[in-house]
Amino acid sequence: MINFGYTRVTTPKAAVEALVKNSNAQWLAGGTNLVDLMKKGVIVPQNLIDINNLPLKEIKKDNGKLHIGALALNSDVAENDLVRQQQPLLSLALQAGASQQIRNMATIGGNMMQRTRCSYFYNPDMPCNKREPGTGCGALKGFNRMHAIFGTSEKCIAVHPSDMCIALVALDATVLITGPKGERRISFQNFHRLPGDAPQRDNTLERGELITGIEIPDNAFKDHFHYLKIRDRTSYAFALVSVAAAVSLQGDTIQDVRLAMGGVAHKPWRLVEAENFLKGKSASEANFRQAAAVAMKGAQGFGHNNFKLKLAPNTLVEALKTATGKA
Amino acid sequence: MARKKSPNHQQEGQQPEEGRRNFLKQSTLLTALAVTPPSLLKAAELRWDEKAASYFEKVPLALEINGKAQQLSVEPRVTLLDLLREHLAQTGTKKGCDHGQCGACTVHVDGKRVLSCLSLAVTLEGKKVTTIEGLSTGDQLHPMQEAFIKHDGFQCGYCTPGQIMSGVGCIREGHANSEEEIREYMSGNICRCGAYPNIVKAIAEVKKGGQKV
Repeated sequence: MINFGYTRVTTPKAAVEALVKNSNAQWLAGGTNLVDLMKKGVIVPQNLIDINNLPLKEIKKDNGKLHIGALALNSDVAENDLVRQQQPLLSLALQAGASQQIRNMATIGGNMMQRTRCSYFYNPDMPCNKREPGTGCGALKGFNRMHAIFGTSEKCIAVHPSDMCIALVALDATVLITGPKGERRISFQNFHRLPGDAPQRDNTLERGELITGIEIPDNAFKDHFHYLKIRDRTSYAFALVSVAAAVSLQGDTIQDVRLAMGGVAHKPWRLVEAENFLKGKSASEANFRQAAAVAMKGAQGFGHNNFKLKLAPNTLVEALKTATGKA
Repeated sequence: MARKKSPNHQQEGQQPEEGRRNFLKQSTLLTALAVTPPSLLKAAELRWDEKAASYFEKVPLALEINGKAQQLSVEPRVTLLDLLREHLAQTGTKKGCDHGQCGACTVHVDGKRVLSCLSLAVTLEGKKVTTIEGLSTGDQLHPMQEAFIKHDGFQCGYCTPGQIMSGVGCIREGHANSEEEIREYMSGNICRCGAYPNIVKAIAEVKKGGQKV
């Protein structure tokens, strides 16, 4: 690893100031992604600002919403009683990600900020517009089995790797941010972005803006939910396709539903049209199939990942069947 | 081939050296550091919070390893794994992939299992680290070590320290209630020899035995 300067901060304000003052500094939280990327030479910061001592670890109920501090650990959130009662889908998605050792280090904010696992991004010898704008996308005509089928651009077909974020986008979470211009909030759907012409930007944060926490509104999805992750091995692997499904039922009728997909886009992929199709309909496999067809509109494969065009709708149907007890 | 810096964090026209200097200017402590040999610095007196270490500056670090208080001085880039193996000659903790993909370097920090290859040592000020060397008491093996021997839970042995540390964590967390759950919660530890069935048996037996782990 290339050496770097190191500093610790104890307040969000100091964290923001330290980053704004240093053009090539990075915040360090759990480090499970950043330290790895530094070892690979993908990111070479001159300075690391250690934010692990900021008081942002709290998990609490706040005005009926669940508030989770940005530095709460993945494992602590997944096993927290309040989270399990209020937002069991989030707990399930968190436990599907990484390994327990990594979950014991990784933070909620860091999970949102993790970079893609695209092998072209991860190798500084390869072209990658995300790592180095203007060098091209190696995956476009290369080995793209893990890559996106929705929302791609010619500049980038990488996917966002998080499981947690798929649940959070389905659950209408809000991201709490503090920065040089003060505090702001942003809906989870608008936090991550599609590559467009600027794949180097994973999200809509401005430089110096720090995630302080997330909020999740209460909902009626505590009984019927599932996170289904399809991958090359049963555990400890990134998703080929994953689906977060949350349903509220009245008898057999779908009152409300939330659907999101992972492993298919540059951002957590919310399926609003498929949700709208299902609302008011009965929870039947035939309806789930039709919803999956709606969800797949506009999907495009790039060769090695064409299998996702079949795997994705099937995963959606299975997740809905499990969530509604029809499996 | 030259390694390239991430584009989002380069300021045009600013040389790396200049960037470092600006960073250092923020710290009043550094003038003192520049004239003080590291050996004379005591982390406890320094209060490193909101202070900066320069590019090749060693950072004072006080932590406990296997019950022993350590006063160290380390470069920021040193991982806990390299600190243990290269600086303290505690080679029980193994370097497998060095990228957080195999679990061979699993240790406990404040009682929780973590990957030492992705933990920067400087972030562990005041923490308690337990490695495979600290698991037994004197000549008395830890129950998990005994179970691994009994059930032949290893072949080449390279992943074993990480497996054992992880297995102890697995039981402490309450995630060893069935073979299926053990497999899921041990998935962060890869065994190239495929000793998994016996590793699962060993952990299940220790769990069933109910001894304190």
